[in-house]
Amino acid sequence: MSFLTVAFAALFYAATLLLVVGLARRISLYWRTPAPLKIPTTPAPVTQGGVVLRMFREVVFFESLFKSTKWTWLFGWVFHMALFAVLFRHLRYFTEAESIMAVVTFVSPLFKYLAFAMIIGLLGLWGRRLFVDRVRYISAPSDHLMLLLLLLIGISGAMTTFVAHTDVVMVKAFFRSLMTFSFSDMPNLPNDPFIVVHLLLVAVLMIIFPISKLLHAPGVFFSPTRNQVDNPREQRHIADWARKLEQ
Amino acid sequence: MAKADFEIPELKEFPEVPPVVPGTMAHSQPFIAKPEFQESLNFPGELVDDWHDKAIDAMGDLLGKYRSLQVYLDSCVKCGACTDKCHYYLGTSDPKNMPVGRQDLLRKVYRRYYTFAGKYFPKLVGAVDLTKEVLDDWYTYYHQCSQCRRCSVFCPYGIDTAEISMAAREIMDTVGLGSKYNNEIIVKAQTIGNNLGLPEPALVDTLGGLEEDLLDDTGLEIKVPVDVHGADVLLVTPSADFFAEPHIDGLMGYAKVFHAAGISWTLSSYASEAANFSMFIGSYANMKKQAERIRKAALELGVKRLVVGECGHAWRVAYSFWNTLAGPFDFLDPNYPVPQHIVEFTHQLHTAGAIKFDKERNDGKVLTFHDSCNVSRASRMGDKPGGQYRLPRDLLRASCNNFVDMPRETIFESTYCCGGGGGLLTDDLMEVRVKGALPRMEALNHVIQENGVTHMAAICAICKTQFAKVLPYYGMGMDQIISLHQVVGDALVLGTPNQ
Repeated sequence: MSFLTVAFAALFYAATLLLVVGLARRISLYWRTPAPLKIPTTPAPVTQGGVVLRMFREVVFFESLFKSTKWTWLFGWVFHMALFAVLFRHLRYFTEAESIMAVVTFVSPLFKYLAFAMIIGLLGLWGRRLFVDRVRYISAPSDHLMLLLLLLIGISGAMTTFVAHTDVVMVKAFFRSLMTFSFSDMPNLPNDPFIVVHLLLVAVLMIIFPISKLLHAPGVFFSPTRNQVDNPREQRHIADWARKLEQ
Repeated sequence: MAKADFEIPELKEFPEVPPVVPGTMAHSQPFIAKPEFQESLNFPGELVDDWHDKAIDAMGDLLGKYRSLQVYLDSCVKCGACTDKCHYYLGTSDPKNMPVGRQDLLRKVYRRYYTFAGKYFPKLVGAVDLTKEVLDDWYTYYHQCSQCRRCSVFCPYGIDTAEISMAAREIMDTVGLGSKYNNEIIVKAQTIGNNLGLPEPALVDTLGGLEEDLLDDTGLEIKVPVDVHGADVLLVTPSADFFAEPHIDGLMGYAKVFHAAGISWTLSSYASEAANFSMFIGSYANMKKQAERIRKAALELGVKRLVVGECGHAWRVAYSFWNTLAGPFDFLDPNYPVPQHIVEFTHQLHTAGAIKFDKERNDGKVLTFHDSCNVSRASRMGDKPGGQYRLPRDLLRASCNNFVDMPRETIFESTYCCGGGGGLLTDDLMEVRVKGALPRMEALNHVIQENGVTHMAAICAICKTQFAKVLPYYGMGMDQIISLHQVVGDALVLGTPNQ
């Protein structure tokens, strides 16, 4: 095995561990922290089913952002949806299941071009961050770097597909042996610069996910203004720490 | 036009988002609460020596108690969706009045002390130490937030700046830095029973005077009862209704509705306040204390129903929090929601045909309606979502012939704050109040110019006081703001006086 292969194997184990443990701890923190008062932003659904629907609209269509600003919505929504499509296509590197492979193969010819949509979305978001004075004012260096990171991931990935084809069979074999812990038959990673950069940056993204603003992904599901049922007159709602104040 | 020692924003035909001008409102702070008032709320009398450590600890404590705070401080991606949504930013251009700018004052300290990235890479993620300057910024800008929640409507994660500003004020109170206006009022409400500090004899006297006014106006003996045991309804209303114009006409309107429907009711001198300013300072314990006064009054008077008068944040506390803070209210009549808004109450009577309106009596007016923030975005009326918009409009349309809504993007869930909510309704914050009223003034001006609107009805004591004060700054009349129940009361058919 090449040094590169060993290094990336170690890196991806570490990154996966940090991502999973970090996210699990954060989600468990959100789960355990009580919401002592009913604070849904109204009008809010009056049933649990309605809340599920509201959350669905929020995470799939970015409903609130759409109401807010059409440009940010357009770039943000295009970026996220393209990202999910591209990620879905990446399943082919991780699974042998024929049914999934069939679907991935079927959508691939279209989905692979969504990398461009993703890049355009990111550029649009960065443009707003650079040129709208209000958004520029609130941006920290990390906000710019996050966009740079995602852009470089998108561009390097697109390069491996559209410019300098990487030996995807070898990449897949590498990740399959990582997943199955079968190191004896682990192939060397292709030595192409684009795939090396791509994988390195993906690992960085995984590592910073639980310690950055990417926490908005689990956060939205725990947002009390979005996930609470509007029924305070019908149901008494009381947190444990607040119960102690009862006489 | 009212005089001011600051520049009054110009009303534009179409609202504009102003360019960022840092620091325009850095000088605006409310007076600091006196030690005696701080202490009676169990806060230190003045800024403690170890305020830095205490504040960081208090933040940690709140992070463990409020999921909203924990999730909202983590989740913001700085997308900018909220940046043009706050009336205080639109009126002042100060970027720390953009919702995210305001949140970041707390978030950058949270990051420094409670996150990995902020501890080890503070410059990268914009984390800063808690310094005296930062504390000063907190006091300045968390008292330029009316906790109206307009930003939370537009945030893709529902981040509610009200939650952040309540937490910030709670942290400041914990280290001995409270605002005079809020904390003195809370003490009055907790000791005397209302925000005005009106003791029982004065209240009884005032209400007696109102009964005389009602007799003069209608020729009828319409009662405004207080402390009547065994009445059906306990009405809890903001104490401004007893005292100030145009609130008092709203109170007379409620009295007329009760009279016309023949339902016995009473006020309580012990719980003579619907407002609960403890919400503004984020103090659960104090908010609970104030809510419990109302429960106690309802029990002692033996009433069957609880009805809340026209007050925005009071309705939020009553509707969303009373059951939690002072419930369960299982001793009341289960056939009615607990509590019920006076608009729900009147609407139900009108729908049932128990009261009738003569719309033409309001023909001299062309009306519009100001949706109050807390009613619009933090509560409901009736059974269905959005009832808080429909019910008051139903009542206005039933009691007048000329009703026009302001532009859609300034009403309902997108309503603009009056500029005086959230504990800012004090003269020491007049500049931010006037400037923050700009978007509402523009919307009102629009229907005045286009539709000849003469009056704006409201269902919130703070809104009414604020508008009466700021309308003249924009060249409008202070009497153009009226109580919804004044319109209702004027149109209500009361029958002929007994001679």
